[in-house]
Amino acid sequence: MNSTLLINIFRFILLLAVQIIIFNNMNFLGYVSPFPYILFIILYPVNANRSGLLLASFFIGVVMDMFSNSGGVHATACLVLAYYRPYLFKFSFGLSYEYQTVKLNDVLTPERFTFILLSVVIHHFILFTLEAFQVTFFSDILLRALLSTIFTIIICIVIIYLIKPNKR
Amino acid sequence: MQQIFNFIFKNSNRLLFLLLLGISLSLTIQSHSFHRSKIISSANFLSGGVYEKINSVSEYLNLKTQNEALVLENAKLKSLLFNRKDTTVVAKLDSIKGVAPKDILVSKVIHNSYNVHENYLTLNSGSNQGVKPDMGVINSLGIVGVIDDTSPNYSTVISILNTKSIINAKIKKSNHFGSLIWNGKSTGFVQLIDVPRLAAVRKGDTIVTGGQSVIFPENINIGTIDKIEIDNQTHYYTITVKLFNDMTNLGHVYILKGKNQEEIYNLEKKEKDE
Repeated sequence: MNSTLLINIFRFILLLAVQIIIFNNMNFLGYVSPFPYILFIILYPVNANRSGLLLASFFIGVVMDMFSNSGGVHATACLVLAYYRPYLFKFSFGLSYEYQTVKLNDVLTPERFTFILLSVVIHHFILFTLEAFQVTFFSDILLRALLSTIFTIIICIVIIYLIKPNKR
Repeated sequence: MQQIFNFIFKNSNRLLFLLLLGISLSLTIQSHSFHRSKIISSANFLSGGVYEKINSVSEYLNLKTQNEALVLENAKLKSLLFNRKDTTVVAKLDSIKGVAPKDILVSKVIHNSYNVHENYLTLNSGSNQGVKPDMGVINSLGIVGVIDDTSPNYSTVISILNTKSIINAKIKKSNHFGSLIWNGKSTGFVQLIDVPRLAAVRKGDTIVTGGQSVIFPENINIGTIDKIEIDNQTHYYTITVKLFNDMTNLGHVYILKGKNQEEIYNLEKKEKDE
């Protein structure tokens, strides 16, 4: 048992609990709700086991689906995000991301912001498309995805700053 | 053989991804298909228990509105009681339909959702208390939804604010039937479609449940007419109904337990099979 695994299990449970107890009840303007639980996938160590991440993000999605009665919507969105995460890393940090240890919970640089933005946009777009599942709601999907993305990103950055280990 | 193993080892992540993607997509599609219970729902011991704990804290916040609703309902029932023509005569049971066809169970909403297109509620009573799928759920103001799935102690309800829900409804004054659906836009309004054009509708008329469904008895309040539109293609009315119920604030609800519901379903099923 190493500390990375323990930290990730702790994060898994804590983020889910906070999401279900607090953020699921937030309905700004009636339909904008943030999903900061995907911080689990965003903050997962860069070089750690990839199939582990796939399984973990599938399960975090299934638990979310169970609590919000949404079938498999969250599971699909989380899984796709987890699978395409390395490509997002490559896009935002350049090719050599594997060699320099990228730490996300650090000072916010443009690269880190791009990565968080892309992850949240991908996740939310898949989530809201599958949730509505009808072409007639397309403008509605776009609006919801956009507003929720802004909301989620703000909360994600606040959370990252709050849990950032103090180095002084 | 060696090559197959090599292929599997080399692409293990991709294969795992495709496998999990297949599972989650089939769960998604299955949940959108009409009238089939979900594999994963919040009617289980884990999420039901968590929601019950959360609700036991948050119910204090709206004790006042719940009390007011109860007082209003009491006043309504009292006025029914006092305005009876002869208070000594007990009302006769409907001898044609048999004895009291509905039983009522009291339950509490422990989780409410109204911000997506397919909304579900979670109640804190389940099959141990006699709740079964397809029972109607109402509260003192009007209809709330239909039971979807049950576990021993919890059950989920398809809210009327769900694009999958279709409920038989009628205009109280003229007895013209239509189907009540939701277009996924506003939490205060639902739509009544397929009302024939010869029906006399006016803004402000009351919409109640129709007698054609086994789930709800006739004449349970739904809402009032807010806007009337004529569909040019089908020549039916599409009526926007303002709900009596505030679906964003639900406390205690009543589950209607139809005594001969199962018998009717079996009969209709037999008819279909033949």
